[in-house]
Amino acid sequence: MAEVVAVIASTHHPFYYKASTAPPDEAPPFAAEWVRKVEAFRETLTAANPDVLLMVGSDHFHQLWLDNMPQFLVGHAEEYDANWYNEQREFGLPRMHMKGDRDLSGHILRQGLDSGFDLAFSNELRIDHSVTCPIITLRPQNDLPIVPVYTNIFAPPLPQPTRFVDLGRALRRFVESWDSDQRVAIIGTGHLSLELGGPRQFGPHGPDPEFDARAVEWIASGDVEGCLAEVTLDSLHAPGNATHGFMDFMLMMGAAGDGVKADYVDTYDLFHTMEAYFTWYPKGASA
Amino acid sequence: MSRYLVDKFLFTVDRDPELVERYREQPVETVRWWEETQANLILSCHPDEASTWMAFTDAERQALATHDHVALFEMGAHPFLTLTLFIAMFERDYDEPLGYQMWYGRQLAHMSLPYPDITT
Repeated sequence: MAEVVAVIASTHHPFYYKASTAPPDEAPPFAAEWVRKVEAFRETLTAANPDVLLMVGSDHFHQLWLDNMPQFLVGHAEEYDANWYNEQREFGLPRMHMKGDRDLSGHILRQGLDSGFDLAFSNELRIDHSVTCPIITLRPQNDLPIVPVYTNIFAPPLPQPTRFVDLGRALRRFVESWDSDQRVAIIGTGHLSLELGGPRQFGPHGPDPEFDARAVEWIASGDVEGCLAEVTLDSLHAPGNATHGFMDFMLMMGAAGDGVKADYVDTYDLFHTMEAYFTWYPKGASA
Repeated sequence: MSRYLVDKFLFTVDRDPELVERYREQPVETVRWWEETQANLILSCHPDEASTWMAFTDAERQALATHDHVALFEMGAHPFLTLTLFIAMFERDYDEPLGYQMWYGRQLAHMSLPYPDITT
């Protein structure tokens, strides 16, 4: 059976690409330390030596729209084009192209449908920065096939937080029941406290540093129970109006396992939002 | 209240470079044209299958035609859609990095929790 060689949860910050590729005299003052942290984080994936990346993110009103909105969707394509005009325009993100793994996609779909997750699917999916940001940060050579999984953290009505955790647990099981010798890394990106288009946006740090500190502790310690006891769809409005993206971190906590401490934890307090990076090695040390 | 239609306007304009410029330069004309010819198109369907029933309220039409991001926020337009499109149109008018985004947020300083519902 396939092996989950790493579970990785990260923020996805679309400004990283521009900050990390700007000439030194044009780079923002926080860029050098940011690059150092991201490159250290990247090592945690490299060390796991994966063959395939199962990537959890969320479409930001690119291909998925309010006339036909799935809650959870699995990409089921041979290949994926990536990044959109408005991401080039606002963030300077390049057009990208990834190979898919339809065998793993089909396995996840079948397993989901047979175990209480009526997953939507797409045979032609142009993916966005929620998936390409972690390619850029964690696997810039972009040489591995991916299976994208999109969650709706964006267009209410949203699934409950517990549903995200349950899907994370299920994805872990699905990968581990895949009849394959492939080494799979499960990578998911979300947000800590975040405000977009509201009065608290683009402050000197994230809109709710106290929430961020609690969130990092929940994730780092694998405290799924404590997190679920406090986080509700309503409560996530308080730290910032885009904080429902935290539910993708909760999904990754489910994938990592209840009570399982992260093997690698790092954060970086930036303007607008806090960066956070976590890696678990299910079989212990990465090798 | 046609929150979905306001979001649909923001979404369809934001993804089209020519429409972004047209809406920046001619907002009244663009909103009128869009409501008359685009509002009822189902995005993945042939034009002959268009919807027949959607229109802006006067307040929504006015907010869009005047680039009033505060009014759009107050009526529950999706804040990500409004922000993304308005950055595309107006960030260029500010010298400081993120100057427009900071101004945009300050105009909303009177808003307190809970923010207007954005559910469609």
